Amino acid sequence: MSNYDPVEVTPLHADEVARMQADALAAIAAARDLDELKQVRLAHAGDRSPIALANREIGALPPQARAEAGKRIGGARKAIGEALAARQAKLEAERDERVLVEETVDVTLPWDARPVGARHPLTTLQERIADAFVAMGYEVAEGPELEGEWFNFDALNIAPDHPARSEHDTFFVESVESGKVLRTQTSPVQIRALLSRPLPVYVISPGKVFRTDELDATHTPVFHQVEGLAVDEGLTMAHLKGTLDRFAEVMFGEGITTRFRPNYFPFTEPSAEMDLKCFVCRGSSAVPGNPPCRTCKSEGWIEWGGCGMVNPRVLVACGVDPRRYSGFAFGMGIERTLMFRHNAEDMRDMVEGDVRFTLPFGMEV
Amino acid sequence: MKVPLSWLREYVDLPAVTAHEVADKLTAAGLKLESITSHGHEIKNVVVGEVLDIEELTEFKKPIRYCQVEVGEAAPRGIVCGATNFSVGDRVPVALPGAVLPGGFEIGARKTYGRVSDGMICSEAELGIADSSPGILVLEPGAPIGADIVELLQLRDDVIELEITPDRGYALSIRGVAREAAIAFGVPFRDPADLDLPDTAEAAYPASIGDPSACDRFVLREVGGFDPAAPSPLWMRVRLLRAGMRPVSLAVDVTNYVMLELGQPLHAFDRTKLTGEIVVRRARAGETLETLDHVVRKLHPDDILITDGSGPISMAGTMGGLATEISGSSTELVIEAAHFSATGTARMSRRHNLVSEASKRFERGVDRELPLYASWRAVKLLVELGGGTAAPGVTHAAIEVDPVRITIPADHPDRVAGMAYGREVVIRHLEQVGCTVTATEPAAATAGGASASGAAATGVVSGGDLGDALDVTEGATDLITVTPPTWRPDLTDPNDLAEEVIRLVGYDRLPSVLPAAPAGGGLTEGQRLRRRVGRALAAAGYVEVLSYPFLGERDFDNLQLPAGDPRRVATRLANPLSEDEPLMRTTLLPGLLKTLVRNVGRGFSDVALFEVGAVYRPEPGAPEKAPVLPVSRRPRPEELASVEAALPAQPLRVAVVLTGERERSGWWGGGRAAGWADAIEAARTVVREARLVPVVSADAHEPWHPGRCAAIHVGDELIGHAGELHPRVIEAYGLPPRTCAMEIELTRLERGLPGPVQTPAISSYPVATQDVALVVPAATPVATVEQALREGAGELLESIRLFDVYTGAQVGEGNKSLAYSLRFRAPDRTLTVEETTAARDAAVSLATERLGAQLRGA
Repeated sequence: MSNYDPVEVTPLHADEVARMQADALAAIAAARDLDELKQVRLAHAGDRSPIALANREIGALPPQARAEAGKRIGGARKAIGEALAARQAKLEAERDERVLVEETVDVTLPWDARPVGARHPLTTLQERIADAFVAMGYEVAEGPELEGEWFNFDALNIAPDHPARSEHDTFFVESVESGKVLRTQTSPVQIRALLSRPLPVYVISPGKVFRTDELDATHTPVFHQVEGLAVDEGLTMAHLKGTLDRFAEVMFGEGITTRFRPNYFPFTEPSAEMDLKCFVCRGSSAVPGNPPCRTCKSEGWIEWGGCGMVNPRVLVACGVDPRRYSGFAFGMGIERTLMFRHNAEDMRDMVEGDVRFTLPFGMEV
Repeated sequence: MKVPLSWLREYVDLPAVTAHEVADKLTAAGLKLESITSHGHEIKNVVVGEVLDIEELTEFKKPIRYCQVEVGEAAPRGIVCGATNFSVGDRVPVALPGAVLPGGFEIGARKTYGRVSDGMICSEAELGIADSSPGILVLEPGAPIGADIVELLQLRDDVIELEITPDRGYALSIRGVAREAAIAFGVPFRDPADLDLPDTAEAAYPASIGDPSACDRFVLREVGGFDPAAPSPLWMRVRLLRAGMRPVSLAVDVTNYVMLELGQPLHAFDRTKLTGEIVVRRARAGETLETLDHVVRKLHPDDILITDGSGPISMAGTMGGLATEISGSSTELVIEAAHFSATGTARMSRRHNLVSEASKRFERGVDRELPLYASWRAVKLLVELGGGTAAPGVTHAAIEVDPVRITIPADHPDRVAGMAYGREVVIRHLEQVGCTVTATEPAAATAGGASASGAAATGVVSGGDLGDALDVTEGATDLITVTPPTWRPDLTDPNDLAEEVIRLVGYDRLPSVLPAAPAGGGLTEGQRLRRRVGRALAAAGYVEVLSYPFLGERDFDNLQLPAGDPRRVATRLANPLSEDEPLMRTTLLPGLLKTLVRNVGRGFSDVALFEVGAVYRPEPGAPEKAPVLPVSRRPRPEELASVEAALPAQPLRVAVVLTGERERSGWWGGGRAAGWADAIEAARTVVREARLVPVVSADAHEPWHPGRCAAIHVGDELIGHAGELHPRVIEAYGLPPRTCAMEIELTRLERGLPGPVQTPAISSYPVATQDVALVVPAATPVATVEQALREGAGELLESIRLFDVYTGAQVGEGNKSLAYSLRFRAPDRTLTVEETTAARDAAVSLATERLGAQLRGA
């Protein structure tokens, strides 16, 4: 462009600008992939593209013509830019789609490189029960498994010659007169709680207990119980019932309540056997003509545990004045609860440690 | 207690209800249904027949009879029978063709021994009223021909078996159950002990009570001219059998029958074998007695004995002696009915491991007013059925015992139950169970709420023994004084009376009220830690097991524990389940290892297990005996301490064992075998959950491989070990090679739990990374190198990571090269190259100074 007319600049003519724009748009449309589009961009929108060169000529125009020429060139460049952006977006989308298809894998391939573990359901069931009571304001109390006889029997109003004492099938520490036993129940924790905690006391104590039974489908010499104790002013059997009804609902769902039957425990008076309304048939199977229920053996109720008002003699042995305080206590077997809550049919499975038994329970029961 | 319903109905007018309805009511009253057994309901078409003719068939190896039997039909039936204990003219039970016998056996006409047998002549066993019978049942001569045998013999009955709790001795009798049933149904009760006693001042066989603490009532009656061959009537045998006792002879059966009916154990002596006065006393040193079961028993000075001039003749309320036992020829009988000490009989029964129907009743408490009546009932039956004569006199030795009286506010049951019964209901129910209730002026109430004296004679503990402690009368105005009946020695305390009222109104009537417990503190930090540890190990692939805490000496040998290892000091059980495992565990590992072997044996090669549980570690020098403290007051601190001192320490531990692949191989490539590092990592996992810093150092500690064992410390405290097990341990337990294990004492971690986590300051300045490779002697523990680098690098060091360990010619024989990546960052500025280089150099020079580390390539 060494020889140019400062008035008549050909590249700035309207048809020339229109032609450049048309060329550019055609080239953009023709670009088949992102590489070609890159070349098109260079050729039609780059620094050396015709439209860019034309833009430089604007300065050569007389001032009155510059505005019009600028507007013409600007319009064309905008159209080209937009077309490029649109094409770019389209081609990128196409490429992405293709690449993603190419990267497809078989997501159904198995992957078990990391071993899975699990907690024992007897542990997590104890925790779940404890949590139900912690939510009611109880604390979790503990005591030794190898226990003094005084804690396990005498303080619980089970005198040495009491028939109940011989029914406990106790493991004695050598010698039999050592005064030490493997606790036969979690009840000695009641004594420890009353001796060590300020009143009122509301505690729950899950734990391991021992009786000299041979292992079979329904017995194990080492098993687990959970014991609850509340000692406060003015506690009544109605409060015991209310507490266990609430507990039953927390564990088994709304409407599942408990039933008391008279029973005898030396450490409670009055004492009761506690049944749970069957959470499967909700009691319907006990009505003749209704379908049978495996869980409650069509009795409508499931034996769950024992309970009662703390025998004032137990309070006396712990230095609690029964004229001012009363209390209730309750207890149930964890293995038995696991059996009916989870259809575990054989107690041996719970003690043998076969991983196939435990794994399905995961972290929570 | 097995209760034939027909027997129960003799003393209580039960409405027309099923056995189940009776059982439900009794269960609601506290006599829990165990089972219901129906008898005789299935028997059909068995009638009385008269034997008209007997043809002896002699061609068979045993005697066979072909009989013509008249059963009230058009013609007699021909029936083949293998028994020979009947004659022509006898009336016998005949199962006609189409009959059904107990067990669902159907009888049809069938050909046997060359004849068609048109039915069957039945024995007692075949009718389900005896366990076995030698011959067929010959009926009374007057039994009407053709009559239904089930109706005639009253074979149809339901037996309710009840579980009787230890406090309800009175319910171990038809009398006691009938009383409860009468209350439950609101119908009249006829007391079977309500007998008219003959008025006599004469004594029978001489007897006295030598020890009032052993016995407070001793009654003897005599029967003379008794026919020892007289059989027990069928009805009595059927009832005994259904109540769970085997018929023996009339004399024995009568004593058992009366015991079942009234609850009073009885004993029969052969009068001709007695010499001199009978005295009830404790045993003397060296005395022995051969009991009915032919065992010669060495007697203990606390044993309660019946003695005569010859010495001991019976263990009171437990078992009689052989020498004075009635036999098949005894015609002169002495019947004993007594009230022995409950604790005395309980102790004797346990001492001699001898539980009898009598001892069960005595130790649970027998009505002390029964002996005169029960003995008279027995004498009457013996005379009536055995043809003897009752001697006119009765020997009655007695120690007077004041009855227990309990004073309570009339609303005490209301306060225990949490509902309003009202005075009338309370008194009515107490009277129903046999109590005498009188209104009491507050001033007259005996302090203590309950009072009794002399009750110790029978071992009955009354509420009075605790003095004021159980008094519930304070401040109350409406008081009642309750005297429980003699058959309820279990009613001693105010709450015993409350229970009677509450159970008779019905436990199902109790309201359900949730008490407002005070706000609790939630789980303790230790309890939370245990849960975290369990979850962390499960998340790391370990499966929890709960193994038995028993082990044997052999386990200590298998673990290769040296002779003086403290873990060999274990608590021994007096009565272990298995003689091979009499000890309480001092380590969790044996149980875990056995469980691992079991899983491997069941086809699982990749196994990782964990257990959280107590170990039992006797303290050296601890007292052997835990004293039994008083129960009448709170023990003093030093008394409690004396119990605690005798108990072993019982710290909580956590342990893991693992074998096989820790990371599994698969289509993605190879896996990784479980190794010592995984066991140590499990220890780190546990310590990390306690938010403490584990310090790992090499150790040699059984049962671990001496070159692959790490001691785990927190601060200065040793908390456990981890690593690969010793090859000899692996062999001893039959474990897969290279099995690894970890055991840590959680209790120690719980003690050291730090407070809340302190939030770190997060610097937003860039990180500067420097890598170094150090050459150190191969034996240098890596942990010490890292420690030196950390200390040397100073505060700017953000993290350090070992990314390569190299041994080979390039670093020289006996050396190893450790390549670390050090990341530096400052909280307040971007670090310059000079700063980071200076920090790196400081780190290296400390490692050089301490451990002789050389910068590789330098």
